[in-house]
Amino acid sequence: MTVTAELQNEVPAKLSVQSVSKSFRTKDGAVQALDRVSLDVAEGEFVCLLGPSGCGKSTLLNIIAGLESADQGQVIGDGGPITAPGRDRMMMFQESALFPWLNVRKNVLFGLKLKPGLRRKERINVADFYLKLVGLEKFQRSFVHELSGGMKQRVALARALAPNPRVLLMDEPFAALDALTREQLYGDLQRIWQERKKTIVFVTHNVREAVCLGDRVVLFSAHPGRIREEFRIDLPRPRDINSVELARHATAIMASLKGHAPETAAVSE
Amino acid sequence: MKRVIRASIFFVGLVLAWQALYLTHFWSPVLVPSPLSVIQYLVGAATDGTLGAAIVVTLRRLLYGYAFGIAIGLPVGFLTAHFRVLKDTIGLLALGLQTLPSVCWVPLALLWFGQTESAMFFVVVMGTIWSVIIATEDGVRNLPPIYARAAHTMGSHGLHTWTRVILPAALPYIVGGMKQGWAFAWRSLMAAEIYVTILSGFGLGFLLNNGRELNAMDEVIGIMLVLLLIGVLADKIIFAPWERMLRRRWGTAK
Repeated sequence: MTVTAELQNEVPAKLSVQSVSKSFRTKDGAVQALDRVSLDVAEGEFVCLLGPSGCGKSTLLNIIAGLESADQGQVIGDGGPITAPGRDRMMMFQESALFPWLNVRKNVLFGLKLKPGLRRKERINVADFYLKLVGLEKFQRSFVHELSGGMKQRVALARALAPNPRVLLMDEPFAALDALTREQLYGDLQRIWQERKKTIVFVTHNVREAVCLGDRVVLFSAHPGRIREEFRIDLPRPRDINSVELARHATAIMASLKGHAPETAAVSE
Repeated sequence: MKRVIRASIFFVGLVLAWQALYLTHFWSPVLVPSPLSVIQYLVGAATDGTLGAAIVVTLRRLLYGYAFGIAIGLPVGFLTAHFRVLKDTIGLLALGLQTLPSVCWVPLALLWFGQTESAMFFVVVMGTIWSVIIATEDGVRNLPPIYARAAHTMGSHGLHTWTRVILPAALPYIVGGMKQGWAFAWRSLMAAEIYVTILSGFGLGFLLNNGRELNAMDEVIGIMLVLLLIGVLADKIIFAPWERMLRRRWGTAK
């Protein structure tokens, strides 16, 4: 396989969540994290799952990733039902989850080394391509602790993109960052998503973030975790989180949130 | 460079103070020999080969037992971290045996193995293994689960996750355990060598005890200096580079 072939995009994937239920046993009894949730994600779509903490949106993401299994129902990916993690679906977490014993480039190479069919030189070229894409080509040899929070998430993004997955699963990846860094990353993520034609499922509890990034915002309610409502966001891209138009959409979603149960108060605008 | 000079001045001063004490003849020269006589002993023992041979014997015992202790302790630590049933059994046993001063293995080793190399090997292994098991188990248990999760999403599982993710992630703990194991093994080996003579090899502990039996204080102090030097060198050569590497990568200032 050549680098050109490796860097070429395949047709984006499609995900189908079919009536997925999942409950956890806690000290206070069973908690219904997800209750018969169904959701279709189109090829190349950017879907934001929005809801208060504990509404099961992260659990759903883990099930799509194959890190957890559903009690009932199933998730269909490209190759049939999802039962285990796969290279076609890469995940990004709130903490960067980068490996401190590896430098930046070797972190990006970690997933590539597990992908068959690439030679050493090709892997390095691919890693360099993605580090450049996230603007960190000058930090290849840095160690993780030497990077700022925003840079860490950029490396994590490069690491998730490197094996060329068709689906990117993002679990509040920007929640721990300061506002300025976050805004830069909104721009970068939109650009990269358009360039690389990924299908993205993005979990957040921030309404504006969801409106800024998503083609579609899927609103969850908690106890039990269910899909409450869906909003299609047709604003042109790239979107600016501070634009008035965007704020109008966010306000509408916020109003809808507040119209529901009181637990949705945990959602921030 | 400034630090080297400072250290040199300190140690030269220490030797001068020793010489001054010797010159007062307040204590018998049998109890406080001059620095020169200690150096003369060391030079003599080095030229006739006894010192070199003793160092080789002692370090060989130490390294064999230490390497074996780590080779067993690491995987056992991983297993006790992974299986609760092993933590509740072997892990608990290791915790108990680690609190036992490793010198206490010497009488048992002598009764089991007699005055043989096996007894020495056993004592060193017992000094090493429990610390390594406990540190490895601690290290693995304290890892943020996110590392393994991230690795799984990238297609790592089974042995690959253990060797490429969990082992390096737990390394700060493991190196700490190896250092403690080294200290325990070194102390118990010295105790064993002083305690009992083994005809297949005369180690540094034997020379130390020999000095006592001959009332040769120059030999006693000379060997103690050699032991001290080996301890410092082991720390600088074996452990310091690891710790530097860990500090650089993890960014922990100790």
